[in-house]
Amino acid sequence: MIFTIARREIITMFLSPLAWVILGVIQVVLGFMFLSLLDNYAILQPQLMRLENTPGVTDIVVAPLFQLAAIILLMIMPLITMRTFAEEKRNKTLTLLISSPLSMTEIVLGKFLGLFLFVFFLVSLLMLMPLSLYMGTALDTGRLVSIYLSMLLLLGSFAAIGLYLSSLTDNQTIAAVSTFGALLMLWIIDWVGETAGGGQNVAAYLSILRHHQRMLEGVFNFSDLAYYLILITTFLVLTIRRLDRDRLL
Amino acid sequence: MDSTALVAVENLSRYYQKYCAIDQLSFSLQAGEVLGFLGPNGAGKSTTMQVITGNLAPSEGRVIINGFDIIESPRQAKQHMGYLPEHPPIYREATVDEYLKYCAKLRRIEHGSIANAMEESKSHCGLLEVGHRLIANLSKGYQQRVGIAQAIIHNPAVVILDEPTVGLDPIQIREIRSLIKTLGADRSVILSTHILSEVQASCDRVLIIREGKLIYSASIETLKNYRNKHSITAAFSNPPPIEQLEAIGLIEQVESIDNNRFRLSFKSDSPAESLVQASVKKKWGLFELVPDHTSLEDLFIELTQDENAGVDSAEAEG
Repeated sequence: MIFTIARREIITMFLSPLAWVILGVIQVVLGFMFLSLLDNYAILQPQLMRLENTPGVTDIVVAPLFQLAAIILLMIMPLITMRTFAEEKRNKTLTLLISSPLSMTEIVLGKFLGLFLFVFFLVSLLMLMPLSLYMGTALDTGRLVSIYLSMLLLLGSFAAIGLYLSSLTDNQTIAAVSTFGALLMLWIIDWVGETAGGGQNVAAYLSILRHHQRMLEGVFNFSDLAYYLILITTFLVLTIRRLDRDRLL
Repeated sequence: MDSTALVAVENLSRYYQKYCAIDQLSFSLQAGEVLGFLGPNGAGKSTTMQVITGNLAPSEGRVIINGFDIIESPRQAKQHMGYLPEHPPIYREATVDEYLKYCAKLRRIEHGSIANAMEESKSHCGLLEVGHRLIANLSKGYQQRVGIAQAIIHNPAVVILDEPTVGLDPIQIREIRSLIKTLGADRSVILSTHILSEVQASCDRVLIIREGKLIYSASIETLKNYRNKHSITAAFSNPPPIEQLEAIGLIEQVESIDNNRFRLSFKSDSPAESLVQASVKKKWGLFELVPDHTSLEDLFIELTQDENAGVDSAEAEG
């Protein structure tokens, strides 16, 4: 049942030009960044050779690339998640799901899985760029896996947050703007730590890009994994509860 | 409420904050019955439909569908129910076949029988020729049929249709009505509408609600009889004096409408036959003889506007 809904979600996404445009634009922008990072690396390479602990191409090209990708996707993901529930509410098609023999959990998980599969596809496409470097050099495979995983978890969290905010409204623009705001807050929340003394650790832990940063460095920590999983679960549960509550109002 | 009912609604109430949309509504629906749910706009029809189908939670009371409570075991209850909401829940960017296949899967139809179920519901709703077309490009009438097709694809025992003929042209309305008749042959149907002729055309029983309260419940036959006033209008080219008309048996009272027309009231049996005979014999030149009805509209307006109407409603179980 979850797969049926997820499949419909993917089909709907690709039936509208939005998904194609998003994929295309991200590829072009990140492809350009990738090339300029690579150019940079080519210039720096002779100097780097002299260093003791030479940073490799993974450090100089791949990790910064996915740092940028995270920030760009932070702006793009709201556009992907905004329609999930808001559009169904606006078109009154949510009734179809609710009158079918499905639980709210199945509906929400189906929608989330659909988004996640899209994210999976998107990240896999992006991974082709660093993988193309294998043609000329060796890469840190373990770190690439960590980066890949981090991107999936990060975008999965973005998707869960977007899903929840989309379930709050029947207006896609409002869903997109509020998701963007929420994601941005999650990114910059650790700025508070730089000025105020207390709560620094909490703010730092809450900041989503710190976890991403660490995993980009190849440090796989269970606390980072837990962070993402808790975030995703929380927002999925909130979405389920929200839809249940809609019936009471 | 007997236990054999397919749909049993017991003391259902629904509040939007303080506003009461449904007030202690109870009714039941037997197998093979088409129930008309009638009321003016804003009477709580759609809310009732939404509560019955689990789209809204009731504030009080219970809804049992085929033995399953919609709140306690929603999955089983929904399995036995098909619902066409006011706005058909269709994906405009899908083709009819894609959409119906999706609906079939959502209703947990086994993989092997999906094609069959689709074929059957399409032929029921006259959609066989448009299966490959985009729903967005179909006319409103066809979109409505797609909505009905999704409601019956899993062969539910109960089909709930909320104003299925709104915005359709007269031919489409007639088609949808005959479709509802066919559905009623082997399923139970709840039809919500504010159009009276629709109820008359398709239903076995009618419930009228106003401001969330049930104010009238009767079989359609009772309703039709209720409509017949005991009077006829007769027109003569050579009108006789009123006394002569009154002299004909069975006629109680004669009222002159214009020079040629009279309204003749009677008690039980119609005086039409003796009137015709008298007219022939005395050369009154009878050229018009029409039994008077209260139109259903009049009845409806009478029931839905008069505060005291239907308090002791004619309870007649079909």
